Amino acid sequence: MYRLYLVPTLLINVVIIFIPAVLTIALAFFRWDGITTPVFIGLQNFQALWSDRVFWTALTNNLIWTGIFLTIPIFMGLLAATLLLIARRGSMFFQVIYFLPMIIATAILARVWQGMIYSPVSGVNGMLQRMGFPTIDPLSQPSTALLGIATVDLWHWWGFLCVIFFAALRQVPQEQIEFARLEGVSFWKILRYVLIPAIWPTITLMMIMTVIWSFLVFDFVYILTQGGPAFSSEVLSTLAYRSAFYDLAVGKAAAVAVVISLFGLVATAFYIRAQAKEFHQ
Amino acid sequence: MKHEVKLVENRATLILTYTVLSIALIITLFPIALLVLNSVKPAAQIVQNPLAWPETFRWDNFTRAWEDARFSQTMLNSVILTATTIVLVCTTSSLTAYVLARRKIESWKIVTFYLLGTTTAPIQLFLFPLYFGFAKLGLINNTFAVALIYTAIFSPFAVMLLRTYFLAIPRELEEAAQIDGANHWQVFTKVMLPIVSPGILTVALIIGLYSWNEFLIATTFLQGSENMTAVVSFFLLSGQYSSDWGEIMAAALIIVLPVVVLFVLLQRRFIEGMAGGSVKG
Repeated sequence: MYRLYLVPTLLINVVIIFIPAVLTIALAFFRWDGITTPVFIGLQNFQALWSDRVFWTALTNNLIWTGIFLTIPIFMGLLAATLLLIARRGSMFFQVIYFLPMIIATAILARVWQGMIYSPVSGVNGMLQRMGFPTIDPLSQPSTALLGIATVDLWHWWGFLCVIFFAALRQVPQEQIEFARLEGVSFWKILRYVLIPAIWPTITLMMIMTVIWSFLVFDFVYILTQGGPAFSSEVLSTLAYRSAFYDLAVGKAAAVAVVISLFGLVATAFYIRAQAKEFHQ
Repeated sequence: MKHEVKLVENRATLILTYTVLSIALIITLFPIALLVLNSVKPAAQIVQNPLAWPETFRWDNFTRAWEDARFSQTMLNSVILTATTIVLVCTTSSLTAYVLARRKIESWKIVTFYLLGTTTAPIQLFLFPLYFGFAKLGLINNTFAVALIYTAIFSPFAVMLLRTYFLAIPRELEEAAQIDGANHWQVFTKVMLPIVSPGILTVALIIGLYSWNEFLIATTFLQGSENMTAVVSFFLLSGQYSSDWGEIMAAALIIVLPVVVLFVLLQRRFIEGMAGGSVKG
């Protein structure tokens, strides 16, 4: 009888996610414009990607993105969480503010940064330029566009990590810390040898999630630069989206989606393994 | 009161700690402050100096934003879409979470791992066949169809979160009800559901937030002016060339304000729910 309880969730999930996912993998081996009958072309979509300069730029950008997000926000989150642990008083207030950008729509945050900060006309950037500072709009330069987008996502994201790390740090048994304090161990040593090892599972999990999410990044890129200028900030997800809906090359889009999923798959395996420990209670 | 160990007694360290935490606070709030400040300024003054205090308060920014973004229509669309998604996710996920938490079926492990796996599936892996399939079935610009997509994407998260609430219920309670002659459906609806209602409220809040803010699916599947969400109409308004940034920031504030008010009132639920769903329960 209890099987029936699962039907709604699984039915919706299979129809919306599983079947289309299988179709996407199949479509990667077809040429299709979304309307006419798909034509089987074997590995041609993948061969075309292999010799496509934009594909390699996008893949490189995703890897750079992963590198940035595996280091900077995790360091910032850990640092702030540790400082909150030291401060104690007011930590809830700081936490809530750091978390605030996470609850605002990405489309809105992107426009605020674009218009109020980066824009050489209406933004803080333009004001600095008029005052004589040699600042640039990072989104308009091929060499800085990706970093300009990453900055917005970093700003929006690090507070979430801080809150998670702070929650984990507070779970560390007080006796361990107290004992170390009584022994006269310095704060940095406590951090290095007690606190960080204690929350290491949380840090690992966040790193796995970072890898997964880094290959899914879409909103900020799509809204801030559309992958430009000159495809310099293209990532795999925007490349796939543009291929499918602007160029009507659905087969190529499917091939890119398969590549994204391959990177995700490895991280997902780690993710499920990390989560699986929880189910052995 | 729980005894808490002071990590650092040194006054200078504490001052440094609060300084760093405050700098992070200012960086976090700076773009949000620009949003609020410039929502009441005339466009000409924003171009002069986005940081300056308003010379004149242009409250009509809000009325013009409301008109131009057609919020009386698009806000209603967002409310309907969000409410439908919340109802669908909460009903289907509580059923599934109960069965999985209580291990009512033998294949609970496979189902759990399958759902965990789909939380990390890139949207692009199922987006393209789904779009062209929905187009063929005439489901583009259909709010309920989009609510179903949201349900598929968000329900694994909801299941994992609710699962922890069901796990916390003592088995004896369930057994006692069964001995009293309640059938399995009565046990679920009359005994279990009332106990996990705080969890369902948390799920409702977070799913509501995600649906309200969502961009990629909404902009792809709801393009018609009759059906688009508030976030998408904001995106279109802010993408026009003759941009009045005062009006755009006013539109942004209209979308963000209800979310921020809810967040401030129910911060603990939001933070625990969002952090708990992606980490462990």
